[in-house]
Amino acid sequence: MLSRAARSASRTLVPAPGSRGSRQKHSLPDLPYDYGALEPHISAQIMQLHHSKHHATYVNNLNAVEEKYLEALEKGDVTTQVALQPGLKFNGGGHINHSIFWTNLSPKGGGEPKGELLEAIKRDFGSFDKFKEKLTAVSVGVQGSGWGWLGFNKDQGRLQIAACSNQDPLQGTTGLIPLLGIDVWEHAYYLQYKNVRPDYLKAIWNVINWENVTERYMACKK
Amino acid sequence: MLSRAARSASRTLVPAPGSRGSRQKHSLPDLPYDYGALEPHISAQIMQLHHSKHHATYVNNLNAVEEKYLEALEKGDVTTQVALQPGLKFNGGGHINHSIFWTNLSPKGGGEPKGLIPLLGIDVWEHAYYLQYKNVRPDYLKAIWNVINWENVTERYMACKK
Repeated sequence: MLSRAARSASRTLVPAPGSRGSRQKHSLPDLPYDYGALEPHISAQIMQLHHSKHHATYVNNLNAVEEKYLEALEKGDVTTQVALQPGLKFNGGGHINHSIFWTNLSPKGGGEPKGELLEAIKRDFGSFDKFKEKLTAVSVGVQGSGWGWLGFNKDQGRLQIAACSNQDPLQGTTGLIPLLGIDVWEHAYYLQYKNVRPDYLKAIWNVINWENVTERYMACKK
Repeated sequence: MLSRAARSASRTLVPAPGSRGSRQKHSLPDLPYDYGALEPHISAQIMQLHHSKHHATYVNNLNAVEEKYLEALEKGDVTTQVALQPGLKFNGGGHINHSIFWTNLSPKGGGEPKGLIPLLGIDVWEHAYYLQYKNVRPDYLKAIWNVINWENVTERYMACKK
């Protein structure tokens, strides 16, 4: 039985288009595959909770925070504007990060990238295996909740690995363009791997969607 | 000679009142006393620089950041919204903090904050509840009150008060 994400929160236009402060509400993107599609590497139960509960909550909370922020801005209430910042970063980052993550994974994934991306990886990390080791180590080493990232440094024209805390979005906080993210919040793996984050990391390489990572890389280089 | 803050950046209304996103620009508040009023504890030169240069810069930069933030919000550009946050916090915080500060000062001085001694902690890392409560942290919170060791919390409290 299909258990495709059915939550199609449609985009709602708030106030008239073009008027100051008008914006569309954010919505939960559908998964490009069924909840069970990434088994045995990531369980259906995890995928369903992760997408339909965690990501959905970031989306809903982001919309709520943006609404409050606009009100505070109109009233000149800087105290509230600053007080809302953590919520904007957390929920906005959560929405951005997970939207990227679902596309970074695929039931047809795994193996190695090809062509330009592979060449760039070899150039910037020495070999694919060294890159994989490094991203794994950085992801495993995140203290608490966060993400491991392969990003693109536009200023230097090179690939770079970085870790972010909580839901801090890679680009907004470091300037690196996100290519591949690895969610290491416990909700991403705990039900299946418990505290053994390294086992989750071993498994996830089997479902990395290199086509998507390559698309993102090629888009950066324009 | 008076050196009262003369910078009366007036409040300007941006877009029509009541329209979404309209806001007044922030302005530098006047000091409630002369620059030299807090001597010998804080010099007039400090008060003048602090108020008319530092605080004024926070105000100007805050206005600039808010303008950019509104543009990003309208475009749905969450990446830029997040990138602007440090500037908003720094300059918005600077404006708030100094606005309060000038009123906290008088020739008679102020107080000090105190730190918190931990008595009771609630671990909300996901590993502390996920296997049982999944994403529903509130259910975990409801449950944990059934097992709080008040004897221990009391011991810690009594130790603080010595």
